[in-house]
Amino acid sequence: MAAGCGLFAGYPISPATEISEVLSRRLFGVGGIFVQGADELDSLAIVIGASCAGKKAMTATSGNGISLMQENIGYAAMTETPCVIVDVQRAGPGTGIATKSMQGDIYQVRYGSNSDYSIIALAPDSPQEMFDLTVEAFNLSEQYRVPTFILADELVGHMMEKVEIPPAEKIHVLNRKKPDVPPDKFVPFRAASDTDVPAMPSFGDGYALPISSFARNESGSPSTSMQVQHQLVTRLWNKVEKKADEIARIETEYLEDADVAVLSYGVPARSVHRAVQDARREGVKVGYVRLITIWPFPDRKIKEIAEGVKTILVAEMNMGKVVREVQRAAEGAAKVSLLSKPGVEAHTPLEVANALKGLGA
Amino acid sequence: MRHPALEYFRLDRPGSPNLWCPGCGIGQVWYYTVQAINELGLDHDKVVWVGGSGCSGRMCTYWYKDSMHTLHGRPLGFATGIKLANPELTVICHMGDGETSAIGGNHLIQTARRNVELTAICINNFNYGMTGGQYSPTTPLGGITMTSVEGSMEPPFDLCRLVEACGAGYVARWTSAHHRQIVNSIKEAIQKQAFAYVEVVSQCPTYFGRRNRLGDGAEMMRGFLKNSVTKERAQGMTEEALRGKYVIGKLVDRNVKGYSATLHEFAARHSSGV
Repeated sequence: MAAGCGLFAGYPISPATEISEVLSRRLFGVGGIFVQGADELDSLAIVIGASCAGKKAMTATSGNGISLMQENIGYAAMTETPCVIVDVQRAGPGTGIATKSMQGDIYQVRYGSNSDYSIIALAPDSPQEMFDLTVEAFNLSEQYRVPTFILADELVGHMMEKVEIPPAEKIHVLNRKKPDVPPDKFVPFRAASDTDVPAMPSFGDGYALPISSFARNESGSPSTSMQVQHQLVTRLWNKVEKKADEIARIETEYLEDADVAVLSYGVPARSVHRAVQDARREGVKVGYVRLITIWPFPDRKIKEIAEGVKTILVAEMNMGKVVREVQRAAEGAAKVSLLSKPGVEAHTPLEVANALKGLGA
Repeated sequence: MRHPALEYFRLDRPGSPNLWCPGCGIGQVWYYTVQAINELGLDHDKVVWVGGSGCSGRMCTYWYKDSMHTLHGRPLGFATGIKLANPELTVICHMGDGETSAIGGNHLIQTARRNVELTAICINNFNYGMTGGQYSPTTPLGGITMTSVEGSMEPPFDLCRLVEACGAGYVARWTSAHHRQIVNSIKEAIQKQAFAYVEVVSQCPTYFGRRNRLGDGAEMMRGFLKNSVTKERAQGMTEEALRGKYVIGKLVDRNVKGYSATLHEFAARHSSGV
């Protein structure tokens, strides 16, 4: 609501339902629209349709729900329709444990729909960040015309903490760029050369906007030409991946003289932070790295960190996902180890401390 | 002579002017829709065409104003989003029989039940044409298709009765041979402030017609006329006598409240103006 969300559509699913419940009571009060979708496909279809008609829109889901949304996620990516999807990750696979935590959907939000496209995903570690990053997700989604995910843990979804909501004038809100040419000069999918992002009018603006998830040329006409396909897919990829340094945010502490960096995201980062502080008090040279942005992956920043330490320990609530990205980005500059915990509860500070001892730190 | 439809047609699309087979009924419905829009005097910039995937789904891609070509079976979800976001827009959704009744069946049921103010036009040609003619939930029992070469073994769906049972405000069925009646029904559907469903029984001479020896497009249309039964006449006929017939006419027209209007009125009442 602070970011200007004008429509929410979602299907009940634990542990994301609370978002629906609250918005069903609050959204109408700011002139917005709440819809309980008939299922996850219906929900995201309504969100994408609403976005094309000019409303900022979002949905929230989890587990099986994010699996069901994949077709529409690919549609939103291909049609470059801004939308925000909150995935409050539950333990899986399958139905899993609906009320317990796991960071299992890292790759699913990035690569879940068919073929090559790009998205943005943010991982909050607190209720405060659920608020802050949702505003940021809307802004990024509008700026880059991509589906943007809040990749939350069940633990943060069910966490109660103080949240400070800034006054409206202090909240930075971005809106999609509308065409600055008259309709007869408008080329629907011609991107500005510096951003790779085309301007987007809304239905009803008089710009004859042809939305389709066919491969298409700049005028929006379907095409099977190799040249058109290559240009389109490269642009859809580059508009996010080439801006990774600008988009991707990480948080670091104690890295200056660290031999080991412990990297994590979401709720496990809270335990890692505690374990790193404790280790520092004992004189252990250990640093703290938290990814706020998961996708696009902060390759360059991770490489820099890897060059400054001997080992990066990745703590995540799954069998090892982000660790692969860290290995790739580190390019052998540091040894990369995994502290895996496949869900239910986050790592405890003691588990992180023991893993550090195991590394000889 | 230039076809009057071309004025409203995107001519830069593949297979220009369009990709439909000779004798197909989809082009007819395309033009009937434009005629309805023009006769109502609508501002074309405020009319959004939505489609799914398949032969009928392509209709929206040729509309020269705003259009949304969506996923197979899902156009009604997207169309709902458009209407809720901007109720001033007229949203017209063209769908094939396969996506309307099979993969998109639940979307049809829910959109009709909610009574979203949309015009949904189903072009029912009894098979999946784009993929080469497979049986769909509306293929008649015994109908020959590429996946039912010995004849379909599934009883067909009567989608008008389904939509009626869901509570839709407006339901009509015609065949592609009923030009004027279809235009009038689409006009009524657009004006109806509720979910309006218009089914057009149509010919696919390339696949369904050829495999079932129903003749070319014109021959199939003559067959439609011969087998059409008005709603009034059908009331006195047995199920047995109605087999293979098309019950045509305005089947439902009732006063119901539209979904978008309900939500927006609620929002207006509760909005604190923040």
